[in-house]
Amino acid sequence: MSATSDVRKPVVTIDEATIRFCGDSGDGMQLAGKQLTDTSALFGNDVATFPDFPAEIRAPRGTKAGVSGFQIHIASRDIHTPGDEVDALVAMNPAALVTNLSDLVDRGVVIVDKDAFNKKGLALAKLQTNPLDDGTLDGYTVFPVEITKLTRLAVEDCGLSSMKERDRCRNFYAMGLVYWLYDRSLDQTQRYIEEKFGKRPSVADANRNALIAGYNYGETTEAFISQYHVPQAKLPAGTYRNITGNEALAWGAIAAAQLSGCELFYGSYPITPASDILHEVTKHKNFGVRTFQAEDEIAAVCASIGAAFGGAMAMTGTSGPGICLKGEALGLAVILELPLVIINVQRGGPSTGLPTKTEQSDLLQAMFGRNGESPMPVIAASGPADCFDTMLEAWRIAVTYMTPVILLSDGYIASGAEPWRLPDVSELKKIFVQHPEPPTNGQTFEPYARDERMARPWALPGTPGLMHRIGGLEKQDLTGDVCYDPDNHQHMTDLRAAKVAGIADDIPPQEVEGVEQGELLVLSWGGTKGACKTAVLRVIDSGGSVAHAHLRYLNPFPANLGELLGRYEKVLIPELNMGQLRMLIRNEFLVDAIGLNKVKGKPFAVSELVAAIEEQI
Amino acid sequence: MSMQTELPVLSSADFASDQDVRWCPGCGDYSILAQMKKVLAGIGVEREKTVFVSGIGCSSRFPYYMNTYGIHSIHGRAPAFATGLKASRPDLTVWVITGDGDGLSIGGNHLMHAIRRNLDINIVMFNNQIYGLTKGQYSPTSPLGKVTKSTPMGAIDNPLHPLSIAIGCEGTFVARTIDMNIKHLAATLRRAADHRGTAFIEVYQNCNVFNDGAFSYATDRNTKADTVIELEHGRPLIFGKNREKGIRLNGMEPEVVELGKGITEDDLLFHDEKAPEPSLAYLLSRMRYPEFPEPIGVFRAVDRPRYDQMLNDQIAKAREQQGEGDLQALIHSGETWSVS
Ligand code: SF4
Repeated sequence: MSATSDVRKPVVTIDEATIRFCGDSGDGMQLAGKQLTDTSALFGNDVATFPDFPAEIRAPRGTKAGVSGFQIHIASRDIHTPGDEVDALVAMNPAALVTNLSDLVDRGVVIVDKDAFNKKGLALAKLQTNPLDDGTLDGYTVFPVEITKLTRLAVEDCGLSSMKERDRCRNFYAMGLVYWLYDRSLDQTQRYIEEKFGKRPSVADANRNALIAGYNYGETTEAFISQYHVPQAKLPAGTYRNITGNEALAWGAIAAAQLSGCELFYGSYPITPASDILHEVTKHKNFGVRTFQAEDEIAAVCASIGAAFGGAMAMTGTSGPGICLKGEALGLAVILELPLVIINVQRGGPSTGLPTKTEQSDLLQAMFGRNGESPMPVIAASGPADCFDTMLEAWRIAVTYMTPVILLSDGYIASGAEPWRLPDVSELKKIFVQHPEPPTNGQTFEPYARDERMARPWALPGTPGLMHRIGGLEKQDLTGDVCYDPDNHQHMTDLRAAKVAGIADDIPPQEVEGVEQGELLVLSWGGTKGACKTAVLRVIDSGGSVAHAHLRYLNPFPANLGELLGRYEKVLIPELNMGQLRMLIRNEFLVDAIGLNKVKGKPFAVSELVAAIEEQI
Repeated sequence: MSMQTELPVLSSADFASDQDVRWCPGCGDYSILAQMKKVLAGIGVEREKTVFVSGIGCSSRFPYYMNTYGIHSIHGRAPAFATGLKASRPDLTVWVITGDGDGLSIGGNHLMHAIRRNLDINIVMFNNQIYGLTKGQYSPTSPLGKVTKSTPMGAIDNPLHPLSIAIGCEGTFVARTIDMNIKHLAATLRRAADHRGTAFIEVYQNCNVFNDGAFSYATDRNTKADTVIELEHGRPLIFGKNREKGIRLNGMEPEVVELGKGITEDDLLFHDEKAPEPSLAYLLSRMRYPEFPEPIGVFRAVDRPRYDQMLNDQIAKAREQQGEGDLQALIHSGETWSVS
């Protein structure tokens, strides 16, 4: 503990903190969380976030159904998850408090808007008694602050016409208070206010005043005894920015198009949680990017395949329900052998399921969700920043092997943010694309001839002498003509399978962290990487013999995976589904893997993983 | 490419692929294929710049028979494939071949949206009022009461009129022609090829195996003069063996009148394919045999901005305003920080 001066309250230095803003979905909690994220990242902390919002845009105000939250984990070391338990909870109303309280650590900080704990607020939350004085908060460090009243006072002279508008600044007041408590600078958020509201000076003034008033409240009121300081993290040298998974996919696609000399075509139909990819990609038309908001999911993928035929870097993005609709066209892409990237930002299912919640339950759909023998490469991003590299890899595989590729993300990665060490664009590897030239000696063009990787030529319309027709009917080998010959169908089926299987020779071998062989391997894929890695390292730290392997490539698996699995007595596969990777692993390697499975719309907590690992060793 | 000599003059045969045509003998599709090859040769299109896109059905085998680029896609989705292709490759000429089942049943949504977007593509719908490839079920254009394999007691679905739909979707070029009327067919294809924007053509096509004679009233030498009326821009609507009958507007309704007896050509409805409002074209699309002669020809041909053109204009504008995209600058834009 170090007191810096007489005037300033003491500042307690801590390694890390997990803070959650929660309130009504109209209270601006996502904005508050994002601002704290950006501010902390800019300061030099490592950060990881977990935005959690309801499916309804505006569920009835003040009810439990309408509670929206944003959790941020800030640390002075390398972290991989948004934190299991919350150190400080900011609750803007009773519903938010009672739905989030169970995640708070013992003696954790609770800041509430006292003004919202009136009769009406309690009734909306269906509470008989007031949690502020019925003992609910015993054991916590509670700060009831009159946020509504103090915000109104702070913005009084800013020229906002209605009370409603004034109350909209409450989130900035709450932010100001948290910024003080965690010793954050107001600069970044002030710049944001200027940028975002500069054209509406009264709104900008009001938000700024509320922010500063909240900050000053922390400093002056006697209720708060000390501040917390989370020093900068020692991240590898470089330039960083914060990035969400969806942004990274969008930028990755723009980069992949440039690196391959193709123009990006993105066909998509709005769907949660993938829509932000469309929003982001379409901003960058000066890269020659074409976006197509289609009439439905089917048109989105079909238009993309049409663009692929024309030579574009074609991509379509959606979530699980959209993949269902695209299934037939994906089978067509398989038989046409055209390059295409299909993004699935997974969410809770089946059917409409939990649109805003994360899940990993579309792996088997990605593998098998088409009619016929229809092999398709599948790769998965492991975190927000990894989405960028995974996209480059998806497009590399697609054009190298002339195949559609499914890229799996999930709701947690899509809207979660983390610092991303920016690559030097000049050092990114070119993606090699070749189109056949017009024939010079009158030979007939064979659209289904194959190169050494079994990829067929990508001949573009406009090329004289290469006119050819492709379609969904079975192809004759080499000529691509319609062919119903039984042996040819077997042959083509084998070829398509062998081509995809051959990708295993072209991807890095699977790596492990921890012991090279031993008692237990934790095998994970997708967005659970951070939690699994953290849990395994924690067990290793306490002397456990365990290792962690995280898969990016799900079809085909890395060539060494079978051998690697054989080096461990047990394999534990944690997944946010009921055991889909486990089924694939058991099938392919006859390994009796153990599952840790849950589908609660929430990522794994490190503690539950640690418990599961310890149970096995 | 090597020497730039003058473009070779292609014949109809140069547009034929090496594939055997496998429609049933006598099928109306043959005639459409023949006229298409002839028209494309006649107007001097480049085969390598031409793409035929189709869905599923008898008509959708069409691309295999053309010596151009082609995609035989999946059921109903051809307009969507064509949209992605044309939007990203505005230099290509794109034709969509579809049928009444493919275009109006399973693919109705895509057809509607392609037409309203007005991409510079041509859509030819072979309307035979039946499902041919699946061997004879009623289609969305089959008349009420139609007895087929799937409707032994008669169809109870009210039929759709393809042109009414195209006009309802604000189609900028809407026309009808008949497989047997090869001169008219060729002229209509030529007009469609010339049109900038989505050209939608309905072709009455005889399926002689499962729905023979569905349009015999319009093709029969003895009746066609009375059952078909040929639209000509700026001309009155006249028909009949001796051009003795016409169509007059009675309030909002068309009516058949005899010329003479005080009724002159000036009293008739004059066709205006360029009318900015589609009401007249819609009214014509509602004229059905036997109450009326059925109009063939160009119902509507107007100019409207095209999706592909506007999309590419936006890209040009973005480049002009923001400069050519710079990946390094994009990645480093906004709030970044350095760790040393
Ligand atoms: S079934 Fe009918 S439409 Fe199909 S090819 Fe035969 S005659 Fe033509």
